[in-house]
Amino acid sequence: MIGIAYALIALIILILVPWVGIQGLGLTYLFGVIIPYAAMAIFFFGVLQRLLKWSRIPNPFKIPTTGGQQKSLNWIRQSKFDNPSSTGQVIGRVLSEVFLFRSLFRNLSPRVGTQGTSVTYASAKWLWIFAILFHYAMFTTVFRHLRFFTNPVPWPVGFVEGFDGWLEVGIPQVMISGLVLLCAVCLLLARRLVIPRLRYISLMNDFFPLFLLIAIATTGALMRYIVGINVPSVKELVMGLVSFRPVMIEGIGLLFYIHIFLVSTLLAYFPFSKLMHAGGIFFSPTRSMANDNRAVHHDNPWNYTVKFHTYDAFEEEFRDKMTEAGIPLDDTLSSSTGKD
Amino acid sequence: MIPSRLPQERIKTVADNLPKPEELSQIDLSMPDTGWMDTPAIFRKGIYCHAARARDIEALGMPNPRDWRVEDDDWKLPHNWQDVIMDGLRERLEKFRSLRIFMDTCVRCGACADKCHFFIGSGDPKNMPVLRAELLRSVYRHNFTRAGKIMGKMVGARGLSETVLKEWWYYFFQCTECRRCSLFCPYGIDTAEITIIARELLNLLGLNIDWISSPVAKCHHVGNHIGMEPQAMKESIDFLCNDIEEITGIEIKPSFNRKGAEILFVTSSGDYYSEPGIFTCMGYLMLFHQLGLDYTWSTYAAEGGNFGYFTSHEAAKLLNAKIYAEAKRLGVKYILGGECGHMWRVLNQYMDTMNGPPDFLETPVSPVTGTRFENATSTKAVHICEFTADLIKKTKLKFDTKRNDHIKLTYHDSCNVARGMGMLEEPRYIIKKVCNNFYEMPEETIRERTFCCGSGAGLHAGEDMELRMRGGFARANAVRHVRDKHGVNMLACICAIDRAAFPTLMEYWAPEVGVTGIHELLANAMIMDGQKERTQDIRGEDLPNLEPEDKGANNV
Repeated sequence: MIGIAYALIALIILILVPWVGIQGLGLTYLFGVIIPYAAMAIFFFGVLQRLLKWSRIPNPFKIPTTGGQQKSLNWIRQSKFDNPSSTGQVIGRVLSEVFLFRSLFRNLSPRVGTQGTSVTYASAKWLWIFAILFHYAMFTTVFRHLRFFTNPVPWPVGFVEGFDGWLEVGIPQVMISGLVLLCAVCLLLARRLVIPRLRYISLMNDFFPLFLLIAIATTGALMRYIVGINVPSVKELVMGLVSFRPVMIEGIGLLFYIHIFLVSTLLAYFPFSKLMHAGGIFFSPTRSMANDNRAVHHDNPWNYTVKFHTYDAFEEEFRDKMTEAGIPLDDTLSSSTGKD
Repeated sequence: MIPSRLPQERIKTVADNLPKPEELSQIDLSMPDTGWMDTPAIFRKGIYCHAARARDIEALGMPNPRDWRVEDDDWKLPHNWQDVIMDGLRERLEKFRSLRIFMDTCVRCGACADKCHFFIGSGDPKNMPVLRAELLRSVYRHNFTRAGKIMGKMVGARGLSETVLKEWWYYFFQCTECRRCSLFCPYGIDTAEITIIARELLNLLGLNIDWISSPVAKCHHVGNHIGMEPQAMKESIDFLCNDIEEITGIEIKPSFNRKGAEILFVTSSGDYYSEPGIFTCMGYLMLFHQLGLDYTWSTYAAEGGNFGYFTSHEAAKLLNAKIYAEAKRLGVKYILGGECGHMWRVLNQYMDTMNGPPDFLETPVSPVTGTRFENATSTKAVHICEFTADLIKKTKLKFDTKRNDHIKLTYHDSCNVARGMGMLEEPRYIIKKVCNNFYEMPEETIRERTFCCGSGAGLHAGEDMELRMRGGFARANAVRHVRDKHGVNMLACICAIDRAAFPTLMEYWAPEVGVTGIHELLANAMIMDGQKERTQDIRGEDLPNLEPEDKGANNV
């Protein structure tokens, strides 16, 4: 539980840094240009390096976790995506993990009966729901932000934004994705705090990204709905960054710098943290390999020969006993045993 | 009649050391007040196994052979043991993508936590798969990640101390490598894989358990787990043939080490030396005889169940190599494998890579039906349930299912076959053709979601009986459910460890439920050419459901 305290302290520091930097020292260029660039670079090269590192490590054995019927006799129906036997089916399986969180959807929870001697199992989809909500809201929010990075804004961004604001309440219009994002992250956090065994396994590494996301979503919401922000200036700054011709714009407001500093932190933190699970799923051998080991030879690049106990040594030791029992030896072809 | 091959020690063990089921099922699921890193493992009797013996470690040429005791403070480690572990871990991080991914991607979402039968049955937080993995992951962070090096405990990193090493030993020998957690993990993190590699590391220091290293040594040298010599193995199988003759009037003479046979049959030794496995073995013998199959047993490759797999990848490879070597020596066309769980994990997912490809064999074709087993074109190894299901589908066998009418059956999917292969329908197809009263356990506890027997991966010893009963609680609970609801009195499985472990487990949690293999049921119902009037099942017990006219009708 100390982890939550560490994570909170880290977050407070991360908010204070741009606060002091901007309000106190006026370091707008540092926080508006240098740090975002550095964070992007760390994110990009960090993720790339990690993926390359993973991809260079071999898969000595084909060890898919099979979640359904294998391909065997042609009259038995194979469970193609839970027990894939071809590359296409493996892709299907991985995509179902990436887009639908297939494995998480299976979640069950045992309930120990009142007598203590019986267990039943209930479907437990909460984690799946929170996770799905969070990831899709996150995706939509990031996608919407493309309007700051593009000129002219491509139509899909506008379309998503229109769709996202379908509630048509509030001025400016309330974006569902931002709300959902904030709620889902809070629910994921609440889960960690309320369920005792989750509290027990949680580390600072688990709380920190959640706090960071809450702070990012909150500062974003504050800018959009409460404090207000000079959107054209922000867009000018961001367009300067993406076109590698950074310009400093005055009068953007502290909140924006805090927001962008926290996003930078998240980006820089990403490649070195559990957030890399996003890439890991594609490399996970229990999901990304076909269960066709018996049909197609899989090569282990570091395979080596072993000195096993040979038949000759075996026969040498048991020759007399085998002869007496009528078990044929290697050098005699006559068999005294039956035809079965 | 058939004598009991093993003394009924198990009943005594259960009675002596164990709390009553009512006590054991009071499971405390609350978490300790201290964090898991600050809660050292307390070794409780009944939970852990005896230490490996020097002679068995030596037999395989593995490191640090010496006699040691778990209870002693001094585990007689080499002076540079920390370097050995760290070098071993570094090497494996470069060799196994699985390990690196599983160390890096866990988000501690907790989806796995309550999937483990050991956690459900014990409430020990370190039996949550996520924490079991963190035991190793914390050391990985400390030594192989920058954040861990700098921030230490704050980010869940800790150095490798003797306390940590002992904690590893205690908990990595409380995992049966059943992969249930892996099914539910959103990233497919497989604790079995982590346990396999952690045990491999422990074995670099000679820290195995006796129940694993002794069978491994015997299997390596003599050919099977209990060190049954070739003549004794033949005698044992001949004995089963005598029993078959008494029951059916049919004389069977199987061959051993016969060159030129079409098929090499390999199964777990549990099938030819102890009840109730021997009845399944009688089933194989009767089936093969009825088919007139051109096959042979081997006294050299006499063991399918590979305990090397519970030791290290290398030990697994070492033992498994004998199967292909023998197939080559005898000049058979392919390999038929018996009902065994982790044997099939190895045959299905490792054998071809470790010991193959066996170019000297042919793609398996059923000599009876002509079916080509396309799913085994490289390994050339067919599971007997695939083989038999095909026979029944092509109506090559005749059954008098009334002979199984006194049985109300349920079926346990053995973990390795379910989650390391996906053979779910073949056994069910056979069951439904030979047995009229079949009831499934609750769907959350079968097929790919099946629960372990609690004794797999080498933990089927006597001294860890409490662990086994706790681990098997979830499985037994589901059996008890169908026992109470449908009057189920028999549990079928296709794993030798299951067959060895379940009788005790059932006796403890779900009395009145017997244990059988599928080929025992099949042989019980199978109509054999030239059989005499069948009045007994293949356990030698009188068949209760046969009317006189039915008995007459059996004579074909």
